[in-house]
This record gives sequence, C-alpha cells and structure tokens, in this order.
Amino acid sequence: MRLTRTLRASAVCAAALLLAAACDSSGSGGTSATGLNPPDLKAPTKLGRTEGQVNLVAWAGYVEDGSNDPKVDWVTDFEKRTGCQVHSKVAASSDEMVKLMKTGEYDAVSASGDASLRLIASGDAAPVNTALVPNYKDVFSGLKNGAWNSVKGKMYGIPHGRGANLLMYDTAKVKPAPTSWSAVFDDASRYKGHVTAYDSPIYIADAALYLKATKPGLKIKDPYALDQKQFDAAVALLKRQNANVGEYWSDYLKEVSAFKSGDSVVGTTWQVIANLAASEGAKVKALVPKEGSTGWSDTWMVSAKAKHPNCAYKWLDWIVSPKVNAQVAEYFGEAPANSKACAETSDKNFCTVYHAADESYWKKIAFWNTPIEQCLDGRTDVRCVPYAKWVQAWTEIKG
Amino acid sequence: MTTDLPTAAGRGTVRRLAGTLHRRPRLRLALLLTAPLLWLAVLYLGSLAVLFVSAFWTTDSFTSQVVKVWSTDNFHALFTTPVFRQVVLRSVGVALAVTALCALIAFPVAFYTARVARPRWRPLLVVGILTPLWASYLVKVYAWRLILSEGGLADWMLAPFGLSGPGYGLPATVLTLTYLWLPYMILPIHTALEQLPAGLLDASADLGARPGRTFRSVVLPMVLPSVAAGSVFTFSLSLGDYITVQIVGGKTQLIGNLVYSNIELNLPMAAALGTVPVAVIVLYLLAIRRTGALNSL
Repeated sequence: MRLTRTLRASAVCAAALLLAAACDSSGSGGTSATGLNPPDLKAPTKLGRTEGQVNLVAWAGYVEDGSNDPKVDWVTDFEKRTGCQVHSKVAASSDEMVKLMKTGEYDAVSASGDASLRLIASGDAAPVNTALVPNYKDVFSGLKNGAWNSVKGKMYGIPHGRGANLLMYDTAKVKPAPTSWSAVFDDASRYKGHVTAYDSPIYIADAALYLKATKPGLKIKDPYALDQKQFDAAVALLKRQNANVGEYWSDYLKEVSAFKSGDSVVGTTWQVIANLAASEGAKVKALVPKEGSTGWSDTWMVSAKAKHPNCAYKWLDWIVSPKVNAQVAEYFGEAPANSKACAETSDKNFCTVYHAADESYWKKIAFWNTPIEQCLDGRTDVRCVPYAKWVQAWTEIKG
Repeated sequence: MTTDLPTAAGRGTVRRLAGTLHRRPRLRLALLLTAPLLWLAVLYLGSLAVLFVSAFWTTDSFTSQVVKVWSTDNFHALFTTPVFRQVVLRSVGVALAVTALCALIAFPVAFYTARVARPRWRPLLVVGILTPLWASYLVKVYAWRLILSEGGLADWMLAPFGLSGPGYGLPATVLTLTYLWLPYMILPIHTALEQLPAGLLDASADLGARPGRTFRSVVLPMVLPSVAAGSVFTFSLSLGDYITVQIVGGKTQLIGNLVYSNIELNLPMAAALGTVPVAVIVLYLLAIRRTGALNSL
C-alpha cells in the first residue's frame, strides 16, 4: 500500500511541482529586505457569517474533493462543516496564478514564493489576521514571517508546506559517498555523462549556493540575489557542468528511470523521487550536502478583493488543520506546515523522512524566490540580474 | 393535423428561397463554404497572425506580463544570439535526417507491401504498418527510452559485436522520431507504387533494362512526388516535436523546447521562436511544390 501511495503522491507532485518549478517558487529564508512597499491594506479583525461558497486557485493536488481519487478527499468534509461550497481552479504556473488573482474572482490562492511577492506588491493579496486562523499557532516557526509570505512582520498568508532539493547518488557507483555539491560541479567529470540536474532556470541558484560556500571572493549572500559578476560565475560553472551532464530532468518519471538504469548516478532530486526510486529497487541515497540546499515553500493567501472572505478564512484554517495538512502533505509529497500534522499521517515515519519538524534542517535551505533587479539581499549599490535573464542564460547553458 | 403543416405563406418563402438557390450555384457554394472557411481563416490563419504580431511585443520584467509596445528586439535576439542559431540549425538538421532515414526505410517496405507481397496479404500489411499509430505517443517514446537506456535492449543486442547503444542524445532523438513518423512516409509511397502500372515495368524489362535501371528510370521518377509528400509529414512533425527530445534527447534542446521554456515568462520571445518553424516549413512546402508532390497528398 505504501508504494501505491508514494506513486500517487509522486504523480501529483510531478504534475504540480514541475509546473511550479518552471518559473515559480518560494521565497528565500528570512534574510531579505526586498524594499517592497505594498499598499496599506487592512486584515479583518473578526469573522462574519460564511457566504456559502469560496473560489480557490491552487496547485494540482492541493484541493482534492475525491473526483481524482475517491479516497483522496478533504473538501467534502469542509463543505459539510462550514457550508462553504468549494470551487477550485488548478493553475499551471505562478504566472497563471497571478493572472487569475488579478481578475478578483477568486478568494484565496496557494501561492509559491515569487507569486506571493508579486501579489503582495500589486495589492492583490491582503494581509491575513492570523488570530482568526486557530491552527496557525501550530505552524512550524520556521515558516512564519518568511521573506516570501510576510512584509515588515505582517503575515500575508498561512504556510502550507515545504520541500528541499536534495543531492541523490547511486550508492554502488558513486564512491566515496558525496557530502558536497562538488559531486555535481567541480568533481562532476568523474561521472561524465551520468550527472543529472533539474531542468529549470531556477537551478542557477543551486550553482550560486555552491559558489557561496566555495568561492567566498564572490561574496554571494543570497543565491537569488546575484549581481552580474556573481551571475556570470554561476553560469560559467553550469556551462562546465553541462559537459558532464547526461540529461536534465523535469519529469519525476524520467529521473526515477534514469537512476534505475544507471544512466544517471548523481544529481539533484526531491525526497518523493528518492523514495520512489528506492522503492523500485534503485540503490540510491539522498541528502542535504554540507553547503545546504535550495527548496520551495507555498502559502495560502487571501485576495484583497475576496467576495467570500469568511469562507476563505475557514479554508485557510481547514487546510492547515493537523489531519488535512497531513493528508495533503502525504498526497503531494512534501513536509506539512502544521506541527501537529505529524501525528496524523498514515505513514508514521512520514515526518521523519520529510524532516517536517527538523528546524535545523530547514535552516540550511534557501527557499526558491524570484530574482528581481532590486537585490533581494538588501544591496542597493548594484543591480541584480532579473529572472528573465536567468531564463535566457539557462537556454545558453544547455546550448 | 393541419396546424403541423407550414402555412401557405411559409411554403411560398421556402419555395422562393429554394428557387433562388437553385438558380444561383455561386450563392449556394458561398453559403456552404462560409462556415468552414471562416474556421480556417479565423482560427487557423488568425492565430498564426496573432502569433506573428505578438512576437513584436515585449514583457514587463517583474510581472512577466505582455506589454504591447512595438519592438523588433525579439527578432534581433533571434538572429544575433549564437545559441538560437545553433538550436535552429540543429532542429532543421534533425528534421532532415529523420526525413532521409524515413524515406530510406519506407521505400523497400512500401515496395514489398505494394508489389511483392501476395495481393490478399497487402491490406493486412498496411494495417500492420498503421498499428503503431493506435498506441499512445508517450508510451512509444518511453519504450524507446527503456530500449536505449544503459544496459537496455540496444546495449544488449550490440554487445556481441563489441558495440554499445547510442545512449540518450541527438542520435537517439533522430532514431525515435524516425520510428514515430515512419508510417506517414510508408503510406504515400505504398499508394504510389500500388498505382504504378505493371505494364511499364514489363515494357522496361522487354527493352532490356535490368531491375536497377528500371528502378532509376521508371519507378523512381513516378514515385518521387509521393516521397516528397511523405516528407512533408515527417519533416514538419519532426521540426515541431519537443517531447521526444525531452525523453530520449539527454541534454539536447530543439526549437520546441525553447518555445516551451519561454512561453510562461516571455510570450513574445516564444512567439518569435515559434515563427521559425512556420517559416522553415513554408519554405519547405514551396520547394516541395516544385516537385508536384502537393498534388498527390
């Protein structure tokens, strides 16, 4: 049964995350001073009567009412308890999420880091009064007041879950066991043609993270805030890596099959993929190397123009309630946001495997963020390279 | 019952209309064709025009929203960035290679199914050639991924000769695309060969030509337009494909991949890139038209 669950989780994970990853994702951890000056919007101070319905924009696998799989359903109970009929729209990317939220027809969204920052900046997302979301108090402290979900100490949403990009290797072929990202960068030539990397411009941040540790002269503080010189160094590193790459992956099935056959022996992965590959017989291990790692984190936000704010608040509370948060995290394959969710997972080991409660683990993770010209690390004397340039560079790296 | 019948006045209108239509065949034709032609013009040519126009727009770097400001930057980038040129040339190369390979393989196969095999087997053989088209595209490409994987079927079959499979990369992409589009090449050649009058071959033999000469001077000139027709399919399908190369292409990228990677964040650039295959295929069709192949499509 465990296998089927994992499979399902991965399928959804692939569907949603890949898309998520293409352009989005989540904020970097707490160090930023982005200089964002969002419009002064007020959060409600108390909730009124529920409106009978709520319109959501979400990643695939976040709002399941049993229509994809009768056993996966946390919407029906919500509707029964609150009387709020749920209408959900699955978005394929952060850009689509932002576009949909701008229409004003939706009440809440499960935004990833870059989308959330944009929604905050444009005034489409309202601050959230966390006192009206009882389950918020049980959310892991590492997810509260992050650079991607709050501005000046004001929360703009309720954290949903998180995950890290890990280094996976074939235990039979990669010896000694790697402890550093150098296995895919400076030492990659030892596995020429068998190195794999995540196929997205955001992967440039992985190279920057490695340079941050190994080339102190570049003075990289935040892998999502790179000035031209730092950016060029990261791109040059990736071009050297390209000579040793067998293939880039963006599809979880592709990575699992490549590790099973031995076409790939070392490269980036997600926990769900590592679990799936291991359960299918590949001899793999995944770890966070000593330099730390990149990762993602999603947040439920409420629209500033919400027509059903009371139902939206009920949904925010429901989706991070221990049992539901456990369900959605297991289905999607990520660490839950609610600390009490770990007692509710069907696989009792789930939170250990996904390091849900391990704050020292998450300290090492630089959550995805969208690079903008104003350096996210607070520097004002230089301009940083914006994401559009990352996309171009990624094309050139692949050649 | 009488209420169900059209009124006399109604009957008169219908009859007048029918009469008008009968007298004016052009009006009849126009009414018949308006709907499908509108469909072609608006949905097909219209979207192509929008694609082309949007290639001249730009995007806001923070929100990635399309800004409708006229600029030729995208086309400038397209022609001056080395990586784009490289990818365009690679894509056209792949399409040409797939087309050549398909033609080489399809000819003998079609010759067998159309002329050598017993007549009652021929329809079955054609069905056999078409069968792979019933299977899902993705299933077939993933099957090739397994065949070409390390220690997979290709490696295993070549091992006795001291060779190994091509692995994932450009050759694997060409191979897989050739497999995928082969039926589209076999069918037109099969039809052409089937319609080739046997008398011509006999006459050629009577005049003393050996099979090679008959092939060169009689069969080939008559079948060439069909090869060209088949090549329109194999060429355009290969040029537009971006999924096969993701699955078996290793780290290779083709035009389709560039379009895909730009579509969310830089739609105008994606549109500019998207006009490249359109332009290439238009040129290809113009070249093919000279062979007369379009008449036998």
